[in-house]
Amino acid sequence: MTDAEKTKATPGFKLPFMVNIEPRVDDPPKWYSPMLSVLAVVFALLIGALVIWLGGGNPWAAYSHIARYSFGSVGVLSDTMVKAIPLMLTGLACSIAFRMKLWNIGAEGQFYLGAYGASLIVLLPVLPEDAPQWLFIIVMIASGMLFGALWGFIPGFLKARYNVNEIISTLMMNYIAIQWNNYFIYAVWSDHGFQLTRMFQRNAWLPRLSDLAETMPFFRGLTTHMGLVFALVAAVILWWILAKSQWGYEIRLIGDNPRAAEYAGISIKKNIVLVMMLSGALAGLAGMSEITGVVHRLQESISPGYGFTGIIIAWLAKLNPIAVILASILFGALILAGREVQPAGIPTLIQGVIMVALIASDYFLRNRVTITRREEV
Amino acid sequence: MDLIIILASGVATGTVLLYATVGEIFSERSGVLNLGVEGMMLVGAMFAYKVTAATQNPFLGLLVAMLTAGAVSQVHAFITITLQADQVISGLALNFLATGISLVLGEGLTSLRDVVPQLPKFTIPVLSQIPWLGEIFFDNQSVMVYFGYIFIPLAWYYINRTRPGMHLRAVGEYPAAADTLGIGVYALRYFYVFVGGLLAGLAGATISLSISPGWFGALTTSGQGWIAVGLVIFAQWNPVRAAFGAYTFGALRRLVLDIQGPATILGLANPFFYNSNLGFFLKMLPFAFTVVFLVIGSREANRKRVGSPAALGLPYIRGQRGL
Repeated sequence: MTDAEKTKATPGFKLPFMVNIEPRVDDPPKWYSPMLSVLAVVFALLIGALVIWLGGGNPWAAYSHIARYSFGSVGVLSDTMVKAIPLMLTGLACSIAFRMKLWNIGAEGQFYLGAYGASLIVLLPVLPEDAPQWLFIIVMIASGMLFGALWGFIPGFLKARYNVNEIISTLMMNYIAIQWNNYFIYAVWSDHGFQLTRMFQRNAWLPRLSDLAETMPFFRGLTTHMGLVFALVAAVILWWILAKSQWGYEIRLIGDNPRAAEYAGISIKKNIVLVMMLSGALAGLAGMSEITGVVHRLQESISPGYGFTGIIIAWLAKLNPIAVILASILFGALILAGREVQPAGIPTLIQGVIMVALIASDYFLRNRVTITRREEV
Repeated sequence: MDLIIILASGVATGTVLLYATVGEIFSERSGVLNLGVEGMMLVGAMFAYKVTAATQNPFLGLLVAMLTAGAVSQVHAFITITLQADQVISGLALNFLATGISLVLGEGLTSLRDVVPQLPKFTIPVLSQIPWLGEIFFDNQSVMVYFGYIFIPLAWYYINRTRPGMHLRAVGEYPAAADTLGIGVYALRYFYVFVGGLLAGLAGATISLSISPGWFGALTTSGQGWIAVGLVIFAQWNPVRAAFGAYTFGALRRLVLDIQGPATILGLANPFFYNSNLGFFLKMLPFAFTVVFLVIGSREANRKRVGSPAALGLPYIRGQRGL
């Protein structure tokens, strides 16, 4: 045994077996990591069931309720996708930043600013009210992403220039963004004194599946909107950037070994700013698609924490853009159908347990744990 | 809008930040960054309120709040110290977990207002007679505020002048060297993460039992745990500087609330009185100032070459090269 110190013998009384823990030298099998992720989710659901049961509820009923009202029919599946779209984009936003070990916790604020940027086009107004829908969509995408990127640029610049901890600064920017939007909702664009703006005109909405119902009746009543296309395209582009492009290689190298990256002549500061802006732009796109595809006006509480759930999704997907799409659908279901589960904090708790279990399970990726029979002495 | 009143209630509000910040200083000095302060404060605030409502004894509520928040902190300790996972992501996870726990167990607590006793407030006889200072610091403050005054020098003395404090710093600066001297790196890190949890719980209990009594879900702490994490950097891991930052922030939070009151300030028309919507910009101030404080703290740290504890954020693996 080479690494005797790492071997933990069972203290005290002797068990008939020994648990050996040693650091992994080789890569674990490919199925190993996804299996651990699935186990973490299952574990979290079990904990959630335990809590519901302790609270006097019926866990089976609660979970079958969630399953039925998120995947049970085409209609609710479409609603699940609607919840999943902003999660996909914020999950992608977090993935790209985390890949460089840049802790952007500000997707929530960047989401709000993206929503603001999109609203600006209709409410300022930037475009005339009867401009064609395609023009509205393009300009709103650009504006939403621009404002999100701006909100990402500030903490990125502060980190690159003054070495300001981005975890705290991005988080503080969240609170500022919410108040910024509130000012415009209450003071500038308030609709007859209500705490919301007027509804956007139809040509500033993202097309939905139900818009196709005239030619294809199957789509009647389905609310899934064009944001899904944005999310899928963004995922593919991000995958390409990370896996195939030179920039992606630089990002991965900085994330894994910043010193090596510096020796290789890669500008870390430039990449901090650029990646924060890209991350912010993706979260801004999430806000834009939510405001133009679902809410159709700017108002308070447009996000039940999409930016924060994006963090968990990114981690569950192991920062893989394609896996982010799948993980988002799971969390979309949890958010959609979890609203009616009592006590109300259960979905938050389950998200928390998933994340803790995921991080703990990484231990088995880094270490090989074997159980051997103890030799009789 | 009386300046004395703002400063006095600023000291009270700042006390919350003080405990949370010093708790995080203990944890970070041992080399463990714990971003879960906000969540642990929520757990503390919720349990303090819940237990006090059930037993009518706020001190029992305070004790349970500290112990439960300390227990929650051990999840982070286990994941980062024993399982050697990344401290940033584990701290974020702890926040989600702790927020979930407090929301689930805090269900229905909001409606209990007025039947839950608070921690006592009193005036210190002689000291309160000092002009200005007496009114600000010693007049009808919560017992937690007074305890804070004693706590700051004690924490500073413990970290900088005692043997256990030296061990604490050694474990955070150079764990391998501490280990060769027979200091239990793992045990001490567990312990100081626990201390951080205890103090975060204390901070949470101070909110729900004294400063702004009640349970309002996640709004109870409203980002103060995060501000505390930011203040640690500004304080350069020094409890005395932390106290300065915490009280300044407390006063700022009060000012934001109170400045909208009077119609005129210093003889000039008060824009915040006539246009209440400008209040949204006032509400941004504590968060914007946290960023400003961070910039100041980072620049100063660069200039004076004082930095974070050298082993902050790194797991200690016995027998491996490096710190």
